Amino acid sequence: MKKWMDWIGGIAAQNKLTDRGNRLGQEGKVLKPGNMITDGPYMELKEALGGYTLIKANSFEEAAELSKNCPILSVGGSVEVREIIAM
Amino acid sequence: MYFAKASLHKSMSTHTLIPHLFRTEYQKITAVLCRLFGIEHIEIAEDIASDAFLQAAETWGLHGMPENPAAWLYTVAKNKAKNYFRHDAVFREKIARQLSHTLQDAGEIEIDLSPANIRDSQLQMMFAVCHPAIPAEAQVGLALRILCGFGLDEIANAFLVNKETINKRLTRAREKLRGAKIKIELPPPEAIHSRLETVSTTIYLLFNEGYYSLAQDTVLRKDLCLEAMRLAYLLVENEQTSTPEINALLSLMCFHASRFEARIDTNGDAVLYDDQDSKLWNKELIEKGEHFLNNASKGNIVSKFHLEACIAYWHTQKNDTGKKWESILQLYNQLLIIEYSPIAALNRTYALSKVHGKQTAIEAAEKLGLGTNHLYHALLGNLYTGIDHKKAIGHLQTALAMAKSAADKKIILKQIEACR
Repeated sequence: MKKWMDWIGGIAAQNKLTDRGNRLGQEGKVLKPGNMITDGPYMELKEALGGYTLIKANSFEEAAELSKNCPILSVGGSVEVREIIAM
Repeated sequence: MYFAKASLHKSMSTHTLIPHLFRTEYQKITAVLCRLFGIEHIEIAEDIASDAFLQAAETWGLHGMPENPAAWLYTVAKNKAKNYFRHDAVFREKIARQLSHTLQDAGEIEIDLSPANIRDSQLQMMFAVCHPAIPAEAQVGLALRILCGFGLDEIANAFLVNKETINKRLTRAREKLRGAKIKIELPPPEAIHSRLETVSTTIYLLFNEGYYSLAQDTVLRKDLCLEAMRLAYLLVENEQTSTPEINALLSLMCFHASRFEARIDTNGDAVLYDDQDSKLWNKELIEKGEHFLNNASKGNIVSKFHLEACIAYWHTQKNDTGKKWESILQLYNQLLIIEYSPIAALNRTYALSKVHGKQTAIEAAEKLGLGTNHLYHALLGNLYTGIDHKKAIGHLQTALAMAKSAADKKIILKQIEACR
């Protein structure tokens, strides 16, 4: 928790944090066309989203740079950086 | 005996006695009269109060101070108000209508200067003055004038502008309040929380003016801090306004104020925290801070005032323990997540250096984008000391060039000297 707070705090200190986000629970539901609802996604079988955070950056490179200290990386996880396209 | 008393009072100087009395009683009288007359006539209320003090200055200078100066002032203010009613029929009718009185004699309007009414009026005036309808700067100025009884010269001094500028600012603020037809009353329960945000911001700004301002007069600045605390205390004393946030605000002010005596040395120069004699820290204020922090620890909301109060609490513990700085680092993390500010970012970086070392802090600092802030350079000067002499001096000199207050320049110069 401390490591995560330090990482988010570092981004906040640069005034680049939009929303600290949240962790995501392990259970869930998956909806598919044709009204199919199944349990899942299963974390042990594939990579699943562990959490999300919203930041401000001028480029993907900058966003990736900010993600470098995410604690998930030190336990074998990865960080996906995506741009929010405002509607 | 009377003559001796008069000259004794004169030598005690009515000059120093009246100003403090002025502040304390002026804001009480003004609050009661303002609430009575309404926002459209606050200037009349202020004038009546000022006149009472003018009369005091003249009379007491000649005959010495009365046994009960406050009572004397109240009597004179009441009489002046009643005279005003008597001579201005339009005004009288307006007020009478507001109070739903049918007036035959102007003397029927009773001006209640009891402690209870004074307190209620002050509370209500606080919400009227700290109103989102006027800019924050104007709120602080008006608060200083009406809520705290400061003179225009003193306010001008605090803001480092001239008297005319302050006068204009206050006049414009009063006009805006009149235009918005602000009612002098406690906001309804649904609105109190959001209105308290405006009030607490003004109190916070007021405290900050005193704690770290460019003004040179250290006595004045201490008074600003004490006034901010007094206003917060008024809120804490009333059940409806004694929210966790307000208690946290009062707590943080108590903690910071506890170091007043230690912050200035005998030459009037600022003393940095690490160099302060902690024996000069005011234990009573620290205890009060803890008391209000406990009060604030209710409910689910952790506001920025809570976080700042916790940080301020840690600073009352002088020992440089690991726990102290780790706690402070986490608190700054939380604070920045709630609301970014350059100062919080810089302070966090200092805490980072204490927990994870100077190198980590230097890397983090250089990402902050605060190169135009003299405190940024002062911090880097501090961080580079012992690591890179040239860079340390470079940053300190940049800080010196950018610094605005004489006190800041002196401290930075000392650090440059210590580096050589």
